[in-house]
Amino acid sequence: MTNTMDKSVVVVGGGHNGLVCATYLAKAGYKVQVLEARDEIGGGASTTSFAQGYKVSGLAHILHSLNPKVCKDLALEQAGLERGVAIETIALARDGQHLTLGKDSATGGSLSSEDIAAYTQFKKEFRRYAEALKPMMMTKPPRLKGMDHKDKFTLAKIGWKLRFGLGTDSMREFFRVGGINIYDVLNEEFDNPHLKGAMAVDAVMGLHMGPRTPTTVLTYLHRLWGETDAGQSLPSGGMGQVANALSTAASNAGVSIRTGAKVQRIRVENGKAVGVELATGEQIDASMVISNADAKSTFLDLVGTRELDAMFAHRIHKSRTKGTVAKLHLALNGLPQIEGLSAAQLGQRLLIADDLQYVEHAFNHAKYGEYSDKPVLEITIPSISDSSFAPQGHHVMSISASFVPYALKGGWEGQREALVKNIIALIEQYAPGFSAQVLASELLTPVDIEEQYHIAGGHWHHGELAIDQMFMMRPIHGTAQYDTPIDGLFLCGACAHPGGGVTGVPGHNAAQRIIAMGAGKK
Amino acid sequence: MMKPEIQKAPPHDFREVLQKSPFHARVDEKSLVKSWTSWNGYQTARVYDTLASEYFAIRSSCSVMDLTPMEKYRISGPDAVDFLNRLVTRDVSKLKPHRVTYVAWCNDDGRVLDDGTIFHLNEGDYRLCSQHHQLDWLLMSSLGMDVTIEEETHEVAALSVQGPTAFSVLTAAGISGLDVLKAFGIMHTQLNGFDVMVSRTGFTGDLGYELWVEPTQALPLWDAIFSVQQRGLYDVRPIGLDALEMVRIEAGFIMPGDDFNTAETAIRAGHDRSPFEVGLGWVVSFDKPHFTGKKALLKEQGEPIKRRLVKLRVEGNKPPADAFLYDAKKGRRIGEIKTSIWSPVLKANLTMADIEYRKGQAPREIWAEIFYQKELGWHATWAKCEVSEQPFWNHPRRSATPPDSF
Repeated sequence: MTNTMDKSVVVVGGGHNGLVCATYLAKAGYKVQVLEARDEIGGGASTTSFAQGYKVSGLAHILHSLNPKVCKDLALEQAGLERGVAIETIALARDGQHLTLGKDSATGGSLSSEDIAAYTQFKKEFRRYAEALKPMMMTKPPRLKGMDHKDKFTLAKIGWKLRFGLGTDSMREFFRVGGINIYDVLNEEFDNPHLKGAMAVDAVMGLHMGPRTPTTVLTYLHRLWGETDAGQSLPSGGMGQVANALSTAASNAGVSIRTGAKVQRIRVENGKAVGVELATGEQIDASMVISNADAKSTFLDLVGTRELDAMFAHRIHKSRTKGTVAKLHLALNGLPQIEGLSAAQLGQRLLIADDLQYVEHAFNHAKYGEYSDKPVLEITIPSISDSSFAPQGHHVMSISASFVPYALKGGWEGQREALVKNIIALIEQYAPGFSAQVLASELLTPVDIEEQYHIAGGHWHHGELAIDQMFMMRPIHGTAQYDTPIDGLFLCGACAHPGGGVTGVPGHNAAQRIIAMGAGKK
Repeated sequence: MMKPEIQKAPPHDFREVLQKSPFHARVDEKSLVKSWTSWNGYQTARVYDTLASEYFAIRSSCSVMDLTPMEKYRISGPDAVDFLNRLVTRDVSKLKPHRVTYVAWCNDDGRVLDDGTIFHLNEGDYRLCSQHHQLDWLLMSSLGMDVTIEEETHEVAALSVQGPTAFSVLTAAGISGLDVLKAFGIMHTQLNGFDVMVSRTGFTGDLGYELWVEPTQALPLWDAIFSVQQRGLYDVRPIGLDALEMVRIEAGFIMPGDDFNTAETAIRAGHDRSPFEVGLGWVVSFDKPHFTGKKALLKEQGEPIKRRLVKLRVEGNKPPADAFLYDAKKGRRIGEIKTSIWSPVLKANLTMADIEYRKGQAPREIWAEIFYQKELGWHATWAKCEVSEQPFWNHPRRSATPPDSF
């Protein structure tokens, strides 16, 4: 294995996970080249300019779950990573009675003392559930058939954590709520409708799910994984700064990175990946190809169905990957005025989700190829903490709007303006005079995200994070341990376990798997 | 060449439990015992008059069987050959126009889904015939390929004409050019002014042809063939599925679904079969581009074989239907008989049997424990068995070109 050809690796896609995986492999002695189709690395973690003088984080806009082990292993802080200001979640109310949802405590509005106490207790308990599932997070998901020692060890650790980590009562409660919906659980625990609506957002955002959808407790726990490690923050310089730190770390480790290099084909010979072909026709040989792209793009477009078994290709094709979140960037001529919020509070994560019913109704429309007049919004104004994002006195607003369907009835042509107006009008209800402040806008529907970021379906997680597409079934069983039916081809992106978010975990796990397999493990 | 448009057959009237084939008027007329069964939803004769006379029509004169219910799929388009080559285990990329080949296909795990034949009708235009309904699997397998797949089971009427005098009968019926048609060849010709496709194929291990026409020409085709008998030239008899079952076992042709569980119907682990296990290793080609199940089969090939479907001759004259098999008289149970017949021509009990192999080794001896009745009393006996690597019946007539005329 000392032969450099044996260890030459091409990573398709320079997203955060691709960079993380590449860096780990370079540190392990592989000769790694990252090929990114866009002109900038980072993928969903990027900072872009959408109007003259206005910048914003391109897709992901809040750093909430970058894995601490990855940060440490790759020395990201030395490579320039700044987490930026820590932020809390503020659920906006039309009457100015906003709620602040911290990591452990909720305040504001007309919250009863019971709800305040219940919130602290609930967060503590649910973070314990998330902790119990954590042995699953930083390793390949265990196979249920043909387990190796590592798989058995992972399952044993989870069993131990559930039984002895949680204790009898908590374990019983975990098993009761693990498969049900967040709607029922929140109604059991809380009274305040606004609080429940805001909490439900964390269970369904980015997914084709409403609060009443089964297994939304599980997706809530997935979100809490990030919170068990670090709070949420707005990195100065935007998410592109995170990508730059990853890129620096990769370069320091000896990874060579090429941007503007679009891979159009993963070359397979006799069932083995032997390299890639760029859109320019250039051929690059490698003994291993690692795809940071989603599963559909990787298998159906880049590899092609002819190199795959029919049922495998069919199951990839049928995996659910339609995104439900639109990204809206607004250039503002000043700070919006929201009654009851200070300028500092405006710089937090702002949510519009009046109650559980509001969130469920917003989702209902997406089921039928429509978007709601009252979407669920997650808003940040990054220019408050980083003045370089907008000209003096001006601001930018970055909005993730749920639920916006990928396949809009009648298509997106001619219907984009209406959605933008819709969202601005909704914010206007909370911030009088807001629409007059908007100077420019950029809307990324899931279709735009698909095209601009090369993610099939434009899905936050490169594929729905539902129980049948999680763990040992992510993206589908048969390729859930980062290796694929094609020898020498691996997945390292959000389509692999444990899914999306700027975590670096899929990249980390994929690298561990590749290194272990290189050492002769199956 | 452009593929001709397929005229869709009218929908089946749901009030009729079984569908009637375009030959039904004649089939019904010839059927004396009215012993019907369903074959792919078609009302099909098991026996017309007596099984013995039908069997001997196949082996010593000329038999006619309605083949319409067989599943038929038309496959065309720029990627047709690539599609088929990825579907089946055999290399079919070199199958020339107007030729037929036997194939099997597997699921991802390398387990047999079905077997059948591919007819290269004209350049780039193929017909796949299969035992069982396969449209869903074919469509699923076509993802990412520019290929058109249409079921044409109901749009093509077919007769199988088999037996030593089949060549003479068809020639006398007015079909010329058969003298140069080789085994597994296809010929497009005319009979009494309508188009007939003739393939030299069959399920009997003997001389035989299959004739393919539009449903509207079904009865004229039937009448043209039986006119040979009416004119007193050759005997021609219709045969049912029971006689076919006898000759196909003699000829060593396996029946997915009867001799082994197909992967689609297997529920329990280990109840499906690989091509190697059912004796189809000879249609698996690793020396071609990827096909579904290739990786699993490559892996399996490197491991000792666990079991085999074998052609098994059972001594004596007691019928060994459903018998268990043992490695010695009263020994360890190692398998079972799946299908069996008494062969009147070979005077032997012939069977298809599933046998366990230990460490990749065939059992040294195989014994069947046979339960049989005598005047309603049950008796048990042991019979020694012998595996036959060759078909029990494979007559040189099957491939002699030109065929002898009798």
